[in-house]
Amino acid sequence: MSVKTFSLTGRKVVGGVAEGEALVTRQTISGWGGINPTLGTITETRHELRGVSFKGKILVFPGAKGSSGWSAMFHMTRLSGASPKAMLFTEMTTKVALGAVVMRIPSMTDFDRNPLELIETGDWVRVDADRGIVDVRKATRPPGS
Amino acid sequence: MKLTREEQSMLDGKDGKARQKAMQLLVRYGEALGAERLVATDNVAGVPGSSNAFLQRYYHLHGGGGYDAIFSLFDLDSDEIVEVPKASAHTCHLQGGFDPDNWQLLGASPESFRISQESEAFIAARGVQILKTCAPYLAGNVPKRGDHCAWMESSAVVYCNSVIGARTNTEGRESTSAAMLTGRIPDWGFHRADNRRGTHRIDVDVEIESVMDWGMLGYFCGEVVGERIPVLTGQFTADLIRHKHFGAAAASSGGVEMYHIVGVTPEAPSLEAAFGGLRPVEVVKYGLEEKRRTYDNLNSKASDTDVDYVMLGCPHYSLEQIQGAVALLEGRRVSPNTQLWVFTSRAVKAVADAQGLSRRLRDCGAVLVTDTCSSIAQAVPPGTKVAALDSAKQTHYLPAIMNIQAWFGSTQDCIDAAVTGRWNGVRP
Repeated sequence: MSVKTFSLTGRKVVGGVAEGEALVTRQTISGWGGINPTLGTITETRHELRGVSFKGKILVFPGAKGSSGWSAMFHMTRLSGASPKAMLFTEMTTKVALGAVVMRIPSMTDFDRNPLELIETGDWVRVDADRGIVDVRKATRPPGS
Repeated sequence: MKLTREEQSMLDGKDGKARQKAMQLLVRYGEALGAERLVATDNVAGVPGSSNAFLQRYYHLHGGGGYDAIFSLFDLDSDEIVEVPKASAHTCHLQGGFDPDNWQLLGASPESFRISQESEAFIAARGVQILKTCAPYLAGNVPKRGDHCAWMESSAVVYCNSVIGARTNTEGRESTSAAMLTGRIPDWGFHRADNRRGTHRIDVDVEIESVMDWGMLGYFCGEVVGERIPVLTGQFTADLIRHKHFGAAAASSGGVEMYHIVGVTPEAPSLEAAFGGLRPVEVVKYGLEEKRRTYDNLNSKASDTDVDYVMLGCPHYSLEQIQGAVALLEGRRVSPNTQLWVFTSRAVKAVADAQGLSRRLRDCGAVLVTDTCSSIAQAVPPGTKVAALDSAKQTHYLPAIMNIQAWFGSTQDCIDAAVTGRWNGVRP
């Protein structure tokens, strides 16, 4: 069985290289009032990832929403060791840009194809933000899943 | 990024270490955004140097504590502790976590209150105006149309852009603290006229009158447009208070930083002007059905009708709203099973004190609290299981933060709940 791999290209937001397992959501994420910064879990009541932690994951999401406390909350995830390893997002905002800068994690946006459609939770992702390249190895899933 | 000579000089460290660190952060941030330059600002609203137990503990272990350390390492994201000079740009401090007169009521520990007092003194000595409010435009900071600002607090940002016609993005703690020392912020997003044009048309086809109506409409708009710019058409007018609640709600359910109301807001004299030549990506109707759905959405987190706590003042109440609450309470008393806290700024409270409003609230069993709110302070009366709120924004946040139920309704519904101890809100 061949392992399915592909690459995306995009723009560097914060440089660096990281790899890990993808955590994907099509919903934007609130910082203040939406996450627990010591655990890296999503806490927003109606969020599809409520209770799930992005700690050590490659977070693939549309972007930030809500309070201007976004960067400070994600900044605290860096201090707690609960930040994602890298971020890939599709909608640029001041919140997510500043958050990426102060978390100091490789981050990218402006992709040639939509990462929210191509990457699924569990896929192995390597982010080379300096070169603007994302390599994805699809997770092997049981038939019918 | 292209820097001016003055900016380059700050980056080179000719204006001191702190301004150099601030400029380095702004350059990293500007590059992340894809901005080509910075823009000068003389109106900054942030939370510079504010501390909490987590930051105190962390920086005590990493950097030896002290307020220069927190400002350097957290606010400026520097790896080196620098001495923090006076602000270069007019800067105000937004809401904090403690009311200096009611911190015990809010359940704060003497230790955490002491930390907040110390960080306030640190930043006041650097020329920062201690407004301690999420509604600085009600407490003395009112920019004029076209001013470039660097504001935090999503509800203040949307008010600044939409109602005043000044220009700001939703900045964060680190970027506002850097702006405070440099008088600069990335020239991106809402600082540029092209990005202020409407994207979605919302045709309002139902009566929009009360503050509650405006809150629900805002909540709906945020869910529909996300981070984009709604343009509202319909027959209505809105005062400052209604704009305040509309914008705060739209910035909570979505990330709305600017809206236009045709014939009402300054950059929307006509539908054409609001869209500036763009075609709406979507046209959405807001009628009775949508209004009812929004009400049900907001009330989906409550089921028990015994109300322990009523909170008013998100965003911070204006003087008129305090007068309104006093009028609704007159001759009645807050139930022994319920507490009523009303939140505002120190500036507005000073006037409320002078008018006798604070005393009249107290006489009815309510408390006027400053500086903070239940979500920010993470403070509700002990044992609270069910709250009642007149703010769609607070209803969005408080249940998740405090793990409680929350009813949303009109100010009248909330005051009635405070007096009877029961929720009897009226569905539109």
